[in-house]
Amino acid sequence: MSAGLAGRDRADTRPGGAHGPQGPRGGGSTSWRRDLGIGARFALASGRSGRVRTVLTAVGVGLGVAVLLLAASVPAMLTARTDRSDARQIVWNDGPTPGQDAFRFTGADTTYRGQDIGGYWVQPEAGADTTAPPPPGTDRWPAPGELFVSPALDRLLDSDDGALLAERLSGERVGSIGQEGLVGSGELYFYAGTDDLPADSPRSVAWGVSTRGEAIGPTLTLLILIVCVVLLMPVAVFIGTAVRFGGERRDRRLAALRLVGADTAMTRRVAAGEALTGAVLGLLFGVALFFLGRQFLGGITFRGESGYPSDIVPSPALALVIALAVPVSAVVVTLLALRGVVIEPLGVVREAAGRPRRLGWRLVPGVLGLLLLAPLAVTYQAADDLTLVQAAVGVVALLVGVTVVLPWLVERVVARLHRGPVSWQLAVRRLQLSSGPAARAVSGITVAVAGATALSMLLSGVEDEQTFDTGQDPSRAQYEVVAYGLDTAASRRLVSDVGGQPGVDATLGSVNAWGVETDAGMFDFQIADCAALREVVETDSCEPGDVFLTETGRPGGGPEHPDPGQELHFTGEQGSWTVPADARVVPPRLDPSGVESSGVFATPEALDQGTLPDVITRVLVRVDPGEPDAVERIRNVAWGYGFDTAIWNMQSQRTSEEFQRIERGLLVGATGIMLIIGLSMVVSTVEQLRERKRLLSVLVAFGTRRRTLGVSVLWQSAVPVVLGLALASLVGTVLGGLLLAMVDVPVGSWFVFWPMAMAGAGVIAMVTFASLPPLWRLMRADGLRTE
Amino acid sequence: MNPPHAAPALLTATDVHKTYGSTPALDGAGFTIRAGEIVAVMGPSGSGKSTLLHCLSGIVPPDSGTIHYAGHDLGALSDAERSALRRTDFGFVFQFGQLVPELTCTENVALPLRLTGVPRKEAERRATEWLTRLEVQDVRHHRPGQISGGQGQRVAVARALVNDPRVLFADEPTGALDSLNGERVMQLLVAAAQETGTAVVLVTHESRVAAYSHREVVVRDGRARDMAGAA
Amino acid sequence: MHSSYTRGVYLMCIVLRMSISHTLLGLLEAGPRHGYDLKRAFDSHFGQDRALHYGQVYSTMSRLLKNGLVEVDAVEPGGGPERKRYAITDAGVTDVAAWLARPEKPEPYLQSLLYTKVVLALLTHRDADALLDVQRAEHLRLMRELTVRKTGGDLADQLICDHALFHLEADLRWLELTAARLDRLASEIRP
Repeated sequence: MSAGLAGRDRADTRPGGAHGPQGPRGGGSTSWRRDLGIGARFALASGRSGRVRTVLTAVGVGLGVAVLLLAASVPAMLTARTDRSDARQIVWNDGPTPGQDAFRFTGADTTYRGQDIGGYWVQPEAGADTTAPPPPGTDRWPAPGELFVSPALDRLLDSDDGALLAERLSGERVGSIGQEGLVGSGELYFYAGTDDLPADSPRSVAWGVSTRGEAIGPTLTLLILIVCVVLLMPVAVFIGTAVRFGGERRDRRLAALRLVGADTAMTRRVAAGEALTGAVLGLLFGVALFFLGRQFLGGITFRGESGYPSDIVPSPALALVIALAVPVSAVVVTLLALRGVVIEPLGVVREAAGRPRRLGWRLVPGVLGLLLLAPLAVTYQAADDLTLVQAAVGVVALLVGVTVVLPWLVERVVARLHRGPVSWQLAVRRLQLSSGPAARAVSGITVAVAGATALSMLLSGVEDEQTFDTGQDPSRAQYEVVAYGLDTAASRRLVSDVGGQPGVDATLGSVNAWGVETDAGMFDFQIADCAALREVVETDSCEPGDVFLTETGRPGGGPEHPDPGQELHFTGEQGSWTVPADARVVPPRLDPSGVESSGVFATPEALDQGTLPDVITRVLVRVDPGEPDAVERIRNVAWGYGFDTAIWNMQSQRTSEEFQRIERGLLVGATGIMLIIGLSMVVSTVEQLRERKRLLSVLVAFGTRRRTLGVSVLWQSAVPVVLGLALASLVGTVLGGLLLAMVDVPVGSWFVFWPMAMAGAGVIAMVTFASLPPLWRLMRADGLRTE
Repeated sequence: MNPPHAAPALLTATDVHKTYGSTPALDGAGFTIRAGEIVAVMGPSGSGKSTLLHCLSGIVPPDSGTIHYAGHDLGALSDAERSALRRTDFGFVFQFGQLVPELTCTENVALPLRLTGVPRKEAERRATEWLTRLEVQDVRHHRPGQISGGQGQRVAVARALVNDPRVLFADEPTGALDSLNGERVMQLLVAAAQETGTAVVLVTHESRVAAYSHREVVVRDGRARDMAGAA
Repeated sequence: MHSSYTRGVYLMCIVLRMSISHTLLGLLEAGPRHGYDLKRAFDSHFGQDRALHYGQVYSTMSRLLKNGLVEVDAVEPGGGPERKRYAITDAGVTDVAAWLARPEKPEPYLQSLLYTKVVLALLTHRDADALLDVQRAEHLRLMRELTVRKTGGDLADQLICDHALFHLEADLRWLELTAARLDRLASEIRP
């Protein structure tokens, strides 16, 4: 800042000042433009400290803008994914005539080492002469024995890691599926050509369905809505904080401007210009960061989900809102912040001191939020637009309520704090004199913790509901292989093939026919050898040729099993079978898949499976837990037994893994936001310490211990953060309870806020430790050398 | 106000060198003060007056040379031990910006006592006594921002003397005050120091302030000349 | 009005008379000079607003000759007192040294005398810093006395003492300033 520059500005101000001495309005657009320009020059060219401040603001705003742009891209991303996913669904009408344009298909989804692989067996009715459109992303139909695979699957099959999978998908890879046929770049997907599909396979003539307008469940809608609000609110708060970085130094610079003749309105406009510059730079930085992040996010696969960079496109309307709202709110926040500050030519007077904060209006947003949410807790059922708006406004109002109540709370609590050691006294007195900046810095953390707590509660509640005892007993068997329509020989072969795989300890094969209609009623049949039968019925003795009958006492219906010696005629079939007279009625036993069955249990010698209609071959498998690839080998074996074989994994409890991941992601996200806010706290703490350099040196001259001053810095950041976390935990728990009531789920745990609160405590520690090295440096006696 | 010639040397510096960056601040300075003595350290700006004070009080360790205080070699003490010494045996008054702006005057004066572990009530009682002695008891509940510069310096003097130090280091104590307030502060400071037998190292460039001393030492180009022999 | 002016001039004359003999002696220490050269050297160094009359040089020289502090080094042909060349004697050198080292009694209008002493110290390659330190010690001694008297005295005492203290302080400030500029002064005096 040169005297010449300032002097000229002063001369320019006079006419404007004469027209309207009252405020910014009076200055007219010329003075606005000029003063904003001066502010911009201050921001860009006022020495190292000024530039550091601008860079900090730009980085802070940029981080926020990048997150906002990514969030604004979510609709487009979801739409693009849904569109492509819809486009490759097969239109399945009941009976297209087999013709030139028709093709048969069967789902061929499989799993490899925990990764889901999607795919179809396809078979055009007319073979190579078909006129049916080929699958999306391919230019022709795969001939029998040929494969079209996604690029990611292609890479997997080529790698050593995919060797076992290559045995399963053994067809000749003749091409890859393009982007229009895939949901994401990392998706594992294939189309396998065949000529073996049975004539009664599903048949179609076209690809692509429309699922638009199909509603997601109200719970999920609410979840998504809250996630957005909860993750974006702290970002907004953070942008507000970033715009204020280094405000005190800025105020001193403005005081210098007043000294050379600028009026109050002009200093405000200059401050606005500085903030605007930082915000616009931040906007540009954020856009750059967004494009970087887009490339990165497009290229990674997260739990089987991936996207394409080109899918991540901010919705134009939202992007426009961001581009306008960020600079405008930067200016508004700056002007609001200057409202309580009088910049005099010889210094800065803060009016805040002495006027205690009022609670009254600060309660309004919180109460409004509760009023909006409480009725929904009773009646929320469907996700109609109005209800969702009400829920969103309610959540935002409640969280805004947290940020406005916090400064009052900090001021009130701090005013009541007294006695304690010197370090405590120094920190508390400092907070008593001005707790506003501290409370503001913390409000971002508070919103993040409150929101994340509420969301975690919602998740854990829903998760509790989704976790249930399956009754399955993994110590008896971990996998169940199911194949349809095999004959006796094929059934035996499947059992022995599975049993022969390395890592398979034991197998129990059986052939089942459920709900077989006979002239005597509807019965379940199971054919297995004695070893297998002992797993499902309670019996001491079993010989080949034995038949057992069980009943589970299920309510209603007719008899659960036929009587010994009764002759059964199968409805709609030619066959009949007579229950041996020596068949014994025994109690059932829970089988390894957690099911207790009633009906007829026969050894193969007593009943031929060819007699029964629609038989299903089941193989219960116990594998060596140290052989993780055993299951892949079993899948490879089952792959060869028809298009409909399936493999089930048995667990004693089934938890929705998705919820755990969402929860973990939430904690990571909330911690990330807290880290960023923590960094901004470090910046303001260090700046504040630097301003007190001389005082620190004097205290050191007095013989003040380093520890005392270090602990004082700790208290100073800890007191507001602890208060903020307490408030956040309370509000978050209340909000979580309300949300759970809305989706009619009982509260799983009232202490979900702990991990968040701990993360917050970690942030305090980080702020303190990061502030210590500058503090030690400032505590050297150099501060006394001012002459 | 007669100098106590008989007393033995309390604080002695011998051949002290101190360099900041490439600028030598002290270049072989020597200094002696006896118990109860008031010594003015004079010299032009940048001559090394304040650096001498910082070295003598153990705030800054010299590059070479020795400083002895009451039988201790300051150079042999650790940073923590020197800090402890400053808490118990030394007091400090600076030109400005030395009071903690958030604390009341009483709390500011009580600070050195609390740092040595005196309970808060007792510390504040003694602080009030000293504020009365320096005629600023009226502002004891005010914060530094709410009182005048002269009152602030008196509060600072009270704080420097509250722990009964054996040496008071005053660096331009009246530098930011007008003549009348400066006079009053010096009169109160000297009277209080004489009463308690506290030795005063008075760094000043004003001869009217130096006239309150028993003897002056002139620092020029990093070297101190004791004018006791020359006069 | 008129009388106070006369008094000022009178005072200045006293100060001058007290120092002229030592000043001229000091100037001779640099080498023998004619009376006329002495006058010119005096005028250029100290005589900005009060040039020396030639008669003053002549009378001072004859007094110094009588006291054995100078001697006549040579007499130019043509006779007349103005053609004599004077040189300083050993006794003269000692006298100058003692005068320079002796602090002046602090009193008003001392500046010209102190300035003269500083310049002469520089011209004669003596330690001007030491001269200033000695003078400051003398000033401070008096200031201490005044301060003590002031502290114990009534308001009238205080006012009188303060007046003196402020004058002494002004002298000392000027001394400090001079001391800080000694190097520049030396280079101007001895090119």
